[in-house]
Amino acid sequence: MRESIISINNVTKRFGNLTAVDNICLNVFQGELFALLGPNGAGKSTTIKMLTTLLKPTSGTLLLAGHDVVKESHAARNSFGIVFQDTSLDEELTAYENMALHAALYSVPKDKAEGRIEQMLTLVELWDRRKSLVKTFSGGMKRRLEIARGLLHHPKILFLDEPTLGLDTQTRNMLWEYIITVNKNEGMTVFFTTHYLQEAESVAHRIAIVDHGKIVAMGDAAQLKEKTGTSSLEAAYLQLTGKQLRDETLDAAESSRERIRAFRRIRNQ
Amino acid sequence: MLSILYQLWLRQMKRFLRSGLRIIMGFVQPLIYMVALGYGLNSVFQRAGNGSYIQFIVPGIIVQTIMFSSMFWGANIIFDKQFGFLKETLVAPVPRIIIMLGNSLGGATISFLQGIILFGIALAFGFRPANWSELPFTFLCMAMLALAVVSFSAGIGAVVNDMQAFVAVNNFLLIPLFFLSSALYPLDHVPKIMRLIASVNPISYHVDAVRTSLIGVSHFGLPLDMAVITIVLGLFLYFGSYRFNRLQA
Repeated sequence: MRESIISINNVTKRFGNLTAVDNICLNVFQGELFALLGPNGAGKSTTIKMLTTLLKPTSGTLLLAGHDVVKESHAARNSFGIVFQDTSLDEELTAYENMALHAALYSVPKDKAEGRIEQMLTLVELWDRRKSLVKTFSGGMKRRLEIARGLLHHPKILFLDEPTLGLDTQTRNMLWEYIITVNKNEGMTVFFTTHYLQEAESVAHRIAIVDHGKIVAMGDAAQLKEKTGTSSLEAAYLQLTGKQLRDETLDAAESSRERIRAFRRIRNQ
Repeated sequence: MLSILYQLWLRQMKRFLRSGLRIIMGFVQPLIYMVALGYGLNSVFQRAGNGSYIQFIVPGIIVQTIMFSSMFWGANIIFDKQFGFLKETLVAPVPRIIIMLGNSLGGATISFLQGIILFGIALAFGFRPANWSELPFTFLCMAMLALAVVSFSAGIGAVVNDMQAFVAVNNFLLIPLFFLSSALYPLDHVPKIMRLIASVNPISYHVDAVRTSLIGVSHFGLPLDMAVITIVLGLFLYFGSYRFNRLQA
């Protein structure tokens, strides 16, 4: 029996009348690359936010490396790195300063931090730009920097919330190469969400599909295809979640982020 | 923990020093108050037998500079929310109180320095402290005010997500707190109701402490001033860290 490093037990999250996550159970094993798929508003981001201690579940427990994310949030926070859906860099600081601040927040000793920052920035090919302010970076460069930062403190688990959204094929390809390398070399568990099904199919060891806050299917890509009697993951996905379009309801903070996202897209063009 | 506090503080210093315009803009309003009111009302004030008005309001304007600049600190929290950086600190294995303190110490340092610079400008305009040896005490009061208001504002910034709402809340609080304090006029000859309002306004005690140590004119007496200043600082630090503790994203 493999050891599970992420375990979600009967977790429900309600926002007022809306049940975003509805009594889900899920285990991710040590060293696994695990994909969470689902339409907008299905509960993917809410699940990641609960796992990463940003939201408290209404009921149920979530464990990261054996630590309860609510009761032992400090230990739980020590076990993971995350790349958010939107950038979470300080754009007024340089790439290096962002990395150094992260190292301090995770109490990486200074002598070790310097070498590690150089190693990670070199890996994502940003070492030459370490002294540039992040606000001068393109979307792809920011995402690479975030991945370097998320890996800086050698986390046991890496969460990626739609890490490749809006990136070109070259950058996407490169990002997955880094992530797969670290997964193989350090046995790091990776838990990610994405809308690109071919990405999930080629990268993930196992896939869970969520809809309306519930897990509707779980298994590797072959199993999901077999279960639905379809020939591609996309067909399996559409059969499981339906073809209807979804509208996400946004809270105030989310809607202002949405505006910033729209603004950035325009600016980056 | 100390090194984390230092790094969070350093982040704010770097950001501030890189934002050229913000540094200058902070002084426009207090300067106008000092020049327009200080010179405009000086002769009236003197004729009423109260001495130099400039001497009188400089302590009030110093408090105003610190208070206004500190009160808008929460806007940085809202920006950090909107630009996502706040999440980076919220998922880090660092107690929220440290995140809040590091952030607030940065903000307080900036406001405090603005107060010091305004004091320097006031000297250039002819302001003279009655007793130079009490200057360190004045600076201590200024620093305590800056940290208290910055923590309060950070707490508000943690609750509010919308910048317009934040600005509205601030203006709603700042204008009465400033005009209904002892910053601009002595409380000895105002109507009873105004004196009453001013004496429940904590800003009056900050002004009084700064004024006492700078020009030796006191209304409430230093022990009461310091008691109020210390309690306000404690309460606001608690409020700020409480709101940060409850922050969810």
